[in-house]
Amino acid sequence: MSNTNTHTLKKHTLSGDIKEHTDVSTAKCYQCGKCSAGCPVVNDMDFPPSLLLRMLQVESDQIDEKVLRSLTIWLCLSCEMCIGRCPQEVDIPKAMDYLRSVSLKKNMQNPKAKHIIQFHRAFLDSINYTGKLYEMGLIADYKTRSLNLMQDVAIAPSMYAKGKLSILPEMVKDLKNVKKIFNKTIKDKEGR
Amino acid sequence: MIKLGFYPGCSLEGSSREYSESVMAIAKKFDIELVQVPDWNCCGASAAHNMSKELALSLPARIIALAEKAGFDELVVPCAACYNKITVTKHELFEDVTLKERVKDIISLDYTGNIKILNVIQMIEKYIIKDIDFKLENKFLHKVACYYGCLLVRPTKILQFDRPEDPQSMDNVMRAIGAEPIDWAFKTECCGAGLTVSRPDVVNKLSGNIVEDAISRGAEAIVVACPMCQANLDMRRPGIDKYLNKKTTIPVIYLTQAIGLATGCTEKELGLQRHFVPVNLS
Repeated sequence: MSNTNTHTLKKHTLSGDIKEHTDVSTAKCYQCGKCSAGCPVVNDMDFPPSLLLRMLQVESDQIDEKVLRSLTIWLCLSCEMCIGRCPQEVDIPKAMDYLRSVSLKKNMQNPKAKHIIQFHRAFLDSINYTGKLYEMGLIADYKTRSLNLMQDVAIAPSMYAKGKLSILPEMVKDLKNVKKIFNKTIKDKEGR
Repeated sequence: MIKLGFYPGCSLEGSSREYSESVMAIAKKFDIELVQVPDWNCCGASAAHNMSKELALSLPARIIALAEKAGFDELVVPCAACYNKITVTKHELFEDVTLKERVKDIISLDYTGNIKILNVIQMIEKYIIKDIDFKLENKFLHKVACYYGCLLVRPTKILQFDRPEDPQSMDNVMRAIGAEPIDWAFKTECCGAGLTVSRPDVVNKLSGNIVEDAISRGAEAIVVACPMCQANLDMRRPGIDKYLNKKTTIPVIYLTQAIGLATGCTEKELGLQRHFVPVNLS
């Protein structure tokens, strides 16, 4: 097998990592803008999805870092409207999942995404502890993390009255199995 | 009686228990026995994939493995988010054998991926619609906005369930019980989903636009098949009304509740008293 130098010499880039880990090719994007036109949260993002793809195409370390520090990657709802309409089938939501995990690993989370990440963490901790989502525990946990203590206090009593909140968590019987899944997936990698 | 595997998911045991109640009520009406997957866990929903790909695949894989172990050929998953996560996991593990082996090792369970996953509309199409004329007691004579959201139709290539931009399956079910589905623009727009707690401002805006369009096109109810959509459009209504700067009263019901009302189930059996926006449709 001939071993040319083209691969070894190639610069390490975020778009290259995305391709390697998710098989999503950012190079395919020709900037039609359909993703940004259809994205429901585009107005609240710092960079619209099509611009994010353009930034990745530039393959500069500084711009890659801007992507990882963006609010866009955390605001993305994974609603998949973009991939649904993309003529080039660039799987932006899949790339977003990967970008979020890199942003976490490199500790580059956008400060404005703090609450969003705290909520995801509280959610996953609930599953880790009980195997299921324990809504009451999740809200309490999120409030302690975010210090948004007063948010939704008006809803909780009515939820309880309508039988929508359980006081006690439902537990998976084989919790050891669930904990093992967590240990083998996120605990190892995120160093939490 | 037909026996099917059943994965309720966490929402159906908590904040959306009226969805579970109405699914069970119509299943009983149509002689379907829904048997829960033993010792099921959360699918990871909107959080797991944001943090770790392997976790996001392993949680649904454990559910599939347990359902297979219980001997089910078909698994009914009414929650659109769970249906989506479980179906996508099945697809990804089918496409990538190395990943499948890795996930099997993580969950320490046998996994084949041969089980068929049915969302609630597919269950209705396959087992209920054929008998609906015999069971109809009061036609559901209302104009409805069928709201599919994201997770039932996208990613289209994997789910292959309905048309991505203008799906029709729920509209057809509603027609079968006498309702008149309206044409509207927000059938598959996102409600704000998992940002409901961390960014309620975003959810109020996205859900507000959906509510506003349904009302302006004459709908008397928004019909849904996803607990997250229902919660955002119903429980977040005070915030939505603030965003829209008006008081809105359009109820948000599950399609199983509409079918239940049309086939003579009581409001209590369908959990209609649990809604925040009152439902007066019978």
